[in-house]
Amino acid sequence: MNKVVAFDVGDLCVSLGAGRHACPVLQHLNTTIATGRWTCVVGPNGAGKSTFLRALAGLVPTQQGRVNVNGKALHDYSHRERAKTLAWLAQGGADQAADDLSTYDIVMLGRLPHLPWLSPPGPADHAAVQQAMEQTRVWEWRGRVLGSLSGGERQRVLLARLLAVQAGIVLMDEPLANLDPPHQADWIALVRSLVAQGRTVVTVLHEISLALLADELLVMQAGQLKYSGPSHEPAAHQALQTVFDHRLSIHQVNNRWLVLPT
Amino acid sequence: MSTRSSMLLGFLLLALSVLLCALGLGVGSTGLESVLHMWADPVASQIVLDIRAPRTLGAWAAGALLGLAGAVAQGLFRNPLADPFLLGSASGASLAVAVSLAALGVSPFAEAWLVRLGLTGAAFLGAVGAVLLTLTLAKGVQHTLRLLLAGVVVGMVLGALTSLVTIAVPQTLQAMQAFILGSTGFVGWQSLGIMLLSGAVCLGVAWAFSRTLDALALGEHTAQSLGLPLRPARFALIAVVALATGTAVAHTGLIAFVGLAAPHLVRGAVRTTYAQLVVLASLMGGVLLLAADILARGLIAPQEIPVGVLTATLGGGYLLWLMHRRAG
Repeated sequence: MNKVVAFDVGDLCVSLGAGRHACPVLQHLNTTIATGRWTCVVGPNGAGKSTFLRALAGLVPTQQGRVNVNGKALHDYSHRERAKTLAWLAQGGADQAADDLSTYDIVMLGRLPHLPWLSPPGPADHAAVQQAMEQTRVWEWRGRVLGSLSGGERQRVLLARLLAVQAGIVLMDEPLANLDPPHQADWIALVRSLVAQGRTVVTVLHEISLALLADELLVMQAGQLKYSGPSHEPAAHQALQTVFDHRLSIHQVNNRWLVLPT
Repeated sequence: MSTRSSMLLGFLLLALSVLLCALGLGVGSTGLESVLHMWADPVASQIVLDIRAPRTLGAWAAGALLGLAGAVAQGLFRNPLADPFLLGSASGASLAVAVSLAALGVSPFAEAWLVRLGLTGAAFLGAVGAVLLTLTLAKGVQHTLRLLLAGVVVGMVLGALTSLVTIAVPQTLQAMQAFILGSTGFVGWQSLGIMLLSGAVCLGVAWAFSRTLDALALGEHTAQSLGLPLRPARFALIAVVALATGTAVAHTGLIAFVGLAAPHLVRGAVRTTYAQLVVLASLMGGVLLLAADILARGLIAPQEIPVGVLTATLGGGYLLWLMHRRAG
């Protein structure tokens, strides 16, 4: 079977910090991420998951190696072209600086890659914003400012901002932070619908049970990949046990995996 | 949505500006009489047209420059406490003025045009020079925290040098104090022209990059992921802060608080994007400084209170009330 590849990563090295304080975070990573699949990155704290996602998004300088997106080197993309191809959601939501913006204005920021400089948003942009806000069920708060919303509500507005880009590849760094169980279920349905449209979704998740719902799993430890492949394979579970020091117990309940800390 | 209330606030501030300008023509050491007799009496007409008019409009223009610089600085540094003097421009201007005063041995109240012009130029060069020094120390514009720290260091060191110069030449002490408190008394038509021109350029650039400021509120990486060219945008926005502050400081001295308070006063009334905020904060800054200037001239006429004292009191008081209301 010849799968089309969204990301082709080869010998990727990334260090954070500069000079004497430089710290290698990703070490000689090699992997591919399939188009039209949901790939989930998991691993213990400090494994380099967020840095890996940022490297995929072209947001950190790489010391060595390649990141090809849809068959073309990431650094050959223009800013705007990259922004239309890849949408990225930051970890930890928005800080207070965004509190004074209305939720509608925030979601509209997702249209920036599509707007020529200085030109106002057109009907297509307003339609995209409305659709995205309806998808995460925040349309009714369009007139409210972000500062008036709770953590989970803010997260759903930021998700809508991500969707408004309408990019073929969607990267999310811990998108479930602050979401309650019903909204986590909504989020999974959303990811499934994106994948059903042929889009590629890559997420970093701390919720291992939910991560095992993904099509593909990337297990990371200390800047290296310990496993990449389908999430239902026994080898995937084995890799999880290894990187988490065998402090997990993995159970099958109602055809789903339940991962508990031990 | 918020656009309607922004328009309303804009019109309100414009109307207030016009009203205050009219009021500004009538306030001064000779009172309203100068306006009433200006067609018959050449001295009165000179007072109104050549002193009060440029001064009144100049106070508005300087306030607008500071309000604009404050709004841009707060967006750029994603810090509600950022003010236009953050990058060291105030201390740079002070040092340049102190050195010029010490070298020339004159008071800033000297009538000589050449001296006034020299001091204005020195203050402008000092302000812009200090910002460039901050940028050099911070190794560019990429790192917000490094920029803030470099700004603090430059402010401290240049402030210390200024004190040294003033202590060494004590005759300049009073003149320096006047500069530090700020005054709109020396603004002529030419100064007004320079301030308006610089203000128009700065506002245009700030408006053009207003979407970058909005996106920066979501974090630098998010702004970058949206395909915005951050480096040129930062250069342009820092240039706006430097030019606007430098021009205002050169013509009116160090007027405190307008740059910090004006954007917050706008945000207290409407929550909006930067495209509207930069315009509204400019108008608010203009109204604030003009109102303070009129009070400074009128409260104990024919004496004057330094306008910087009033802006700090008025702006600070209102900001405190606003904070109290928001918290409660």
